[in-house]
Amino acid sequence: MAGAVSYHSSGRVQTREKHITEAPVVRWILIGIAVLFITVMIILPLGVVMVEALKKGTDVYFAAISHSDALAALKLTIITALIVVPLNAIFGLLIAWAVSKFKFRGKQVLMTLIDLPFAVSPVIAGLVFVLIFGAQGFLGPWLSEHDIKVIFAVPGIIIATLFITVPFVAREIIPLMQQQGITEEEAAVSLGAKGFQVFWHVTLPNIKWGLIYGVILCNARAMGEFGAVSVVSGHIRGRTNTLPLHVEILYNEYQFSAAFAIASLLMLLAIFTLIVKSIVEWKEQRQVKLEQE
Amino acid sequence: MTKRSIIPGFRITLGLSLFYLSILVFIPLAIIFIKSFELTAAEFWSTVTNPRVVASYRVSLVTAFSAALINTVFGLIVAWVLVRYSFPGKKILDAIVDIPFALPTAVAGIALTALYAKNGWIGSWLEPLGIKVAYSPLGIIVALTFIGIPFVVRTVQPVIEDMENDIEEAAVMLGAYRFRTFFQVVLPTLYPALLTGFTLAFARGIGEYGSVVFISGNMPLVTEISPLLIMTKLEQYDYAGATAIAAVMLIVSFILLLLTNLLQWRMSRRMSANS
Repeated sequence: MAGAVSYHSSGRVQTREKHITEAPVVRWILIGIAVLFITVMIILPLGVVMVEALKKGTDVYFAAISHSDALAALKLTIITALIVVPLNAIFGLLIAWAVSKFKFRGKQVLMTLIDLPFAVSPVIAGLVFVLIFGAQGFLGPWLSEHDIKVIFAVPGIIIATLFITVPFVAREIIPLMQQQGITEEEAAVSLGAKGFQVFWHVTLPNIKWGLIYGVILCNARAMGEFGAVSVVSGHIRGRTNTLPLHVEILYNEYQFSAAFAIASLLMLLAIFTLIVKSIVEWKEQRQVKLEQE
Repeated sequence: MTKRSIIPGFRITLGLSLFYLSILVFIPLAIIFIKSFELTAAEFWSTVTNPRVVASYRVSLVTAFSAALINTVFGLIVAWVLVRYSFPGKKILDAIVDIPFALPTAVAGIALTALYAKNGWIGSWLEPLGIKVAYSPLGIIVALTFIGIPFVVRTVQPVIEDMENDIEEAAVMLGAYRFRTFFQVVLPTLYPALLTGFTLAFARGIGEYGSVVFISGNMPLVTEISPLLIMTKLEQYDYAGATAIAAVMLIVSFILLLLTNLLQWRMSRRMSANS
């Protein structure tokens, strides 16, 4: 997994005896280092976004996020996510089913290949689609004959975002479905359940929390993708600008407060995503506890 | 396949997902290599060994390597503290570690630049000491460190969680002090996870674009990373040049992807063998 590591905290609290843990002084020094590192590296950048966004007052802030270009960017970002996330969620479910419920040759290779979009630089992801759909590209002449615009237009943004976020849902639910095994599904089939019924009534309830988090994470990445979209979009204001591209444009025009105001919206999206993750972890722990009782 | 499973849907799910991956990922990536064959070998070679291009590889590799190293050290400490100790605010700290996964890179880029610029919260402290972070290679390292934080923490964390106490108990009984137990008994069991986390962070760092462009200043030969050079060539309509550099980067990425998957496969085998 070259782009995301799915790890859900188990919530277990270990109590350790004195001889196999560190001296209190060492413990507090280590905790101090960890807290300081995360504060300087993550919390301060988040704080600076809010402070810079509100530096010139709330009027400027609300003017920036309600500007017509910002609203157009928001609309395009939402449209992109509405197309990309369902497609990649369906793909994630399909491939997770094949990989976790069956044994076949080359499975390990396939699992590695799912991660390709993680391993590739976003700029290269954008470049690939310019080479295919651009004016000089393989399909370029055909597309211009039929008057279809992909590059420097909305379809290009959607395709590039699809590419970047392919693995997210799959990566979240494959480990879950592998862990669940196949006994419940086998039982359902032998009781006469048909294909989709098995999935809907047996598999889905077991993976629903993982699926929800996968979808939310995929959504956050789809809305926040910058590099790949930057290559294919053409930066046409009000037309092919997503929120992250709008941030860049405002920033390069020295409209810092406006840039940070838009950035703060994207930051809230990230925080919302992590809150969902915490809820999912909590639900998972409760499920494990219920099963143990 | 040894015996037919009674669970339905193998062919259709595998078929559809392979189809989807092929048209969206495999074929498009193959086009990079096909397109780079349009250049003659000599043209390709002179493009990918041009001094400015070579400098960009160096900047990308050195900064990604340094950032991954920083993350290995601090990631281990963060993971250790999160698993082994309890302290107020631990749950929040644990959740915040994932921020770099969820935060758009452009937001990270402008936030870090504001922080480390001459008049920024941190930059204004470093300025009198003569340390320049924003618009220097150091800035790239800061951005890549931010991007890479979750990788080491999240790969090491489950391994520490699953560690049994008995090896540490045995070390104590054999008379080892805590310090020695840690470095000679505990740490070696974490090497595979640390290496995996390092490689993941390194691979991500090489390809990163969004957060770096804002903080690096993008000076050719000094702070110009390879992805940015591809972007520059594209803007000059030099598609062949952009593709050649992309092909070189892709090969490096493929090797790193293969390496991390081998490492993870070995780790999961070891973990399942232990249990």
